[in-house]
Amino acid sequence: MTAQEIHNILNDQFAGTILDAKLENVPDPFVKIAAEKILDVAVFVMNDERLQFDYLMCLSGVDYKGKLGVTYHLFSMTHKHKIVLKVEVPTETPNVPSVESVWKTANWHEREAFDLFGLNFEGHPDLRRILLPDDWEGHPLRKDYQTPEFYNGMKVPY
Amino acid sequence: MGLLDQKFENSNIVVTTMDNLLNWARLSSLYQMQFGLACCAIEMMAASASNFDMMRFGVIPRATPRQCDVMIVSGTVTLKMASRIKRLYDQMPEPRYVISMGSCSNCGGPYWEHGYHVLKGVDRVIPVDVYVPGCPPRPEALIEGLIKLQEKIRNESSVQKKAV
Repeated sequence: MTAQEIHNILNDQFAGTILDAKLENVPDPFVKIAAEKILDVAVFVMNDERLQFDYLMCLSGVDYKGKLGVTYHLFSMTHKHKIVLKVEVPTETPNVPSVESVWKTANWHEREAFDLFGLNFEGHPDLRRILLPDDWEGHPLRKDYQTPEFYNGMKVPY
Repeated sequence: MGLLDQKFENSNIVVTTMDNLLNWARLSSLYQMQFGLACCAIEMMAASASNFDMMRFGVIPRATPRQCDVMIVSGTVTLKMASRIKRLYDQMPEPRYVISMGSCSNCGGPYWEHGYHVLKGVDRVIPVDVYVPGCPPRPEALIEGLIKLQEKIRNESSVQKKAV
């Protein structure tokens, strides 16, 4: 199924929540969704027989300067088609519904996005830091992050 | 036995200093703590394997720090790991030595500029005796570092006070 057809199916089901799409001449065609609806969209694309996106390949956090975003790369094992879903949230209130109930692999991916960007996934059963130490302050992959001077008595800069 | 049993044909009484004997015993049987963190660990494994064979120098890897003499810190030391390295170093009994292998544990390596999570050199938490440069150092370079450590041990003296 082509990206245009997938976009049409999503538009029929969720008219109004599709904010943007880029489907031609890009290696990864994407569809931008409003952040509050991502869980409904995720349940739909997982269960609908024409789409059946049962494999979340990757969930990444992004920092567009001024806003934070999440990108979901989906693949269907039965139909062998791919799509990318994007959401954007403001940096002051980075709350995104968690899709962990749909794709279990999102458990660790969302923990990584929380650890490095500070995105708060609502409904995640165990949202805590996964890569950095538990008492680390700050979220390093944000664009305005400053390297700390000391961590637990050790000097951090060169 | 190597060299010692060829020297003395008539008698089997050897006269030497206590320092010589202890140093020779220590440098010939440096039990290594298996401490591979990242890519340098692969080169350390290659140095222990058949082509370069560190075991002929008496360097046997031991899993527990309580039974080893030398800790070869090979790989990137993150800030999360640094407190664990300090704890493991404290658990090693004296005389203990540290070889810092590779540029990440020497000075932070390729992560010196932007690595917010990397400890720029393991000598910020533990005292290091020998630094082996390279990214990663070839197994021969690691064995040269080991020989340099053996020369350092050969020149030690039990009556001379040490800094640490």
